[in-house]
Amino acid sequence: MSEELLKVLKAAGLDVLSCMQCGTCTGSCPSGRHTGLNTRRILRDACKNRATVLSDEALWLCTTCYTCQERCPRGIPITDALLELRRLAVKEGFMLPQHRLISKMVLECGHAVPLDEETKKKREELGLDPIPETVQKYPEALQELKNLLKACKFDELAAEK
Amino acid sequence: MTKLALFLGCIVPNRYPGIENATKLCLQKLEIDASDLPEASCCPAPGVFKSFDKATWLALASRNIVLSERMERDILTICNGCYGSLADANLELKKDSEMKACTNSCLKEIGMEFKGTAEVRHIIEFLYKELGPEKLKNYVTIPLDLKVALHYGCHLIKPSKDRKLGETEAPVFFDELVEVTGAKSVDYTDKMMCCGAGGGVRSGHVAESLEMLEHKLACIRRAGVDCIVNACPFCHLQFDRGQLAVNEKFGTDYSIPVLHYSQLLGLALGFSPYELGIEQNAVQNIEFLAKIYEISAGLR
Repeated sequence: MSEELLKVLKAAGLDVLSCMQCGTCTGSCPSGRHTGLNTRRILRDACKNRATVLSDEALWLCTTCYTCQERCPRGIPITDALLELRRLAVKEGFMLPQHRLISKMVLECGHAVPLDEETKKKREELGLDPIPETVQKYPEALQELKNLLKACKFDELAAEK
Repeated sequence: MTKLALFLGCIVPNRYPGIENATKLCLQKLEIDASDLPEASCCPAPGVFKSFDKATWLALASRNIVLSERMERDILTICNGCYGSLADANLELKKDSEMKACTNSCLKEIGMEFKGTAEVRHIIEFLYKELGPEKLKNYVTIPLDLKVALHYGCHLIKPSKDRKLGETEAPVFFDELVEVTGAKSVDYTDKMMCCGAGGGVRSGHVAESLEMLEHKLACIRRAGVDCIVNACPFCHLQFDRGQLAVNEKFGTDYSIPVLHYSQLLGLALGFSPYELGIEQNAVQNIEFLAKIYEISAGLR
């Protein structure tokens, strides 16, 4: 795995090796002010090919606001690299239970946030159709979406390990 | 002008239908040709799906794009998250033929093909570029005497290399659109800071997400505004429902009304707060509602 880390990042056009550990990323991070996310350290670990970075829960404290990426004086696509690290972590079997639930929602009804009774009433109050014009209104389209998710093997990825 | 298909996403139709109604009313009034986009799904949510598996993210996003390609319309999003997901996917598939072939092999399973003939637009950049503040101003019938804390949201303008909407530290184009309505966009500390919801943080780490939000709310309150304005229903949900959660967690008493830009513009175009769904928010600020009803009725 450890060899793969830098290779995967590089293959995705995400070269992090030019990082000079200046800390602009961490200093700019809205999450890092309040949480355990230390972007500079994540980059250092990635540069050193430390696979332990993938099990670092702090990876999931990034809001993907892109401020670090915009401000990096070396122009490293930091947020994009972090997303790549997340995908590697998921491949290794890591997924927060709450995120697994969101995946299940999409697998079942095509939406991360499905329609509820309260909103149906609100829609009617506004004169809108209680069921919006999305995949949740069209059973055949929903089945098509499920087939697509299956073709991507997403059901397997999101299943409890 | 470009023909559009309105992409609703999840949070607008399933939690904040007022934003859906407001958008449709505004588009109609502005004589913009925007149809529904039937059968569309979750964009899919970039913070989680893009974090899980690239192939699945691209497959779901491209399916939505193909729906608009088939209608020969560009996609219009009213959410920064949907914009980020769909625009990024569209761009990647257009420039990377290998990725496109791979995505199309998945789409083939459901009889679809991504061609790359549609553009992905966000209502804010669309109004700014296609109509412009000057033209938009001609449609305003009720100038709004409101002070507004504008929240751009991250994925409307970033990553800047792909969005091409200018610099990201102190942009002004969205402020211009706000001021077209007569409202004043008030500067405040950490205006460009994230709301704390994105990247799966609100769902995965709610306590930390609310801490970030509390900081933002404190800055906004100090600015002394009538309401927050955003262009992203996920930021909207974080500011609105999250505000109640912040009050519970920190013992604060925030009661700052939250409006999507479509709702603000809708007021200025003469629609009532009721039909714009402003009363359906979690934050119930009676003083503010009274004020906008008075403005709407021409009483102030």
